[in-house]
Formats: sequence, structure tokens, C-alpha cells
Amino acid sequence: MTATPVSSILLVLLASLIGSFGAVFLKLGAGKLSGGLKHLLNWHLLVGISLYMGSSIPFVMGLKHGELSVLYPMVSAGYVCTLFWSRIFFHEPITRAKIGALGLILAGLICISAGGRA
Amino acid sequence: MPTATRSNKPIYLVLGCTVFAAAAQVLMKFGANHPMPAFDPSQPFVFVKALLGNISLLGGYTMSAGTAFLLILALRDGELSMLYPIIAMTYVWVNLLSMYFFDEHMNVWKASGIALVISGVALLGRAGSKARSRAGR
Repeated sequence: MTATPVSSILLVLLASLIGSFGAVFLKLGAGKLSGGLKHLLNWHLLVGISLYMGSSIPFVMGLKHGELSVLYPMVSAGYVCTLFWSRIFFHEPITRAKIGALGLILAGLICISAGGRA
Repeated sequence: MPTATRSNKPIYLVLGCTVFAAAAQVLMKFGANHPMPAFDPSQPFVFVKALLGNISLLGGYTMSAGTAFLLILALRDGELSMLYPIIAMTYVWVNLLSMYFFDEHMNVWKASGIALVISGVALLGRAGSKARSRAGR
């Protein structure tokens, strides 16, 4: 079993962080759509889509070395970040249900990737 | 309850988005298995032609664009912190589709992981409905 290098872990965490910012910009841009779908081309959405798709670059770089079963569940770090960004930027409440749901999803991703190795 | 169904719309949109995302990943996997010539800068059209002939890969990219569009529509009305973690359902679909298309096998770990992710998403959905009924929407 090869150990997962710290650089891979950092790259996947970076990808999750970039993706979570992508989601924030998508949300900001989506808010402008109430004026109709002609607002689909606004800079928030463009930044959001670029960040969201760009996050796959460090993700794939990170996955090159290291174990998938370690790296794969780290995607949920992005969900945790998004919980905080939503609180800061959109004043959405952090509830026990949201924290519990994130815990279940994280546990689920760990199990799924463990199953992939078995 | 018709109002609850209507206000759960963003959740269903994100769930639809995860189905698209999973289909995109399966199509891209098919596309990646499709033989492609190496990119030769002196003959760029050979590569472009091969790319356009790779229907699975193109389908995968189209599905990805559809995913982004559905996510944006969902975010228009829903809470980001509620909707973003639902994207984890993509892993559930990818695992199920891989069993069918790539003969991957189910095991206890994968099955319990899938059950845990689904319960997490269900918890988010239920919390969303409760929050709305408290707010009287």
C-alpha cells in the first residue's frame, strides 16, 4: 500500500475550496436570473462556472498520486466550506440538521471509497 | 401538500443535476476508452475531427453543461448550504451505473455508503420542508 503524499491531499483540498467558491459565485449569479433567463450571461455566473470547472484541474492532479480512498472523501471538505460561506455571504443558518446531514454524507463517501478498494 | 411540492423544486432540480452529472461521468469514461489520435500541431484538424467523432465524449461535455444549468436554476430559489451537499448523490448514481455499464460489483461497504449518503440528503430535504413550514411559506 503506497502512502498518500501530502501534496495530493493539499491539491484535493484546494480543489474543494475552489469548487466551494464556485458555488458561491453561482448562487450570486443565479440570484440575478429572477429578471429572466436573458441574464444567464452575467459575470458572477461566468466566474462561478470557471471556478467550478477549474477546480477539476487540481483535483485530477491530486488524484494522480495517492490513494483514491483517502482523497475521494476529502471532496466533502468543500461541503463544509460551503456551509460557512453560505452563513457569511447569504446569512443562511447553520442548523443541526445540516451538520448531521454533512456527517452522514462524509461517512457515506468514506464507505463508498473503502468499498471501491475492497 | 401542493405548496411543499412546489417549494421542494430546488431540491429536485439538484437531484436531477446529480443524475446528469453521473451520466456525464459514465459517458466521459466511454469517451476516454475511445481511441483518439495524439494532438499534432501541424495537423490540428485530424484531432478536431476525431474529437467530433467521439460521440460519448461530446455527450459527456453536453451533459456537464446541462448539470451546470440545472444547478444554477436550483440555486435561484434554494439555500446554497442546503443544496450544495446534495451533489454527493452523484457518487451514488455513478456507483450504480458502473455496476451496469462497467461490471463493477456491489459490496457491503458501497451499499452502506450509498445508504448513508441517501440518508444525509433525505435529512437535508426534511429540514428544508420544516424550515419552510415554520416560516409559513
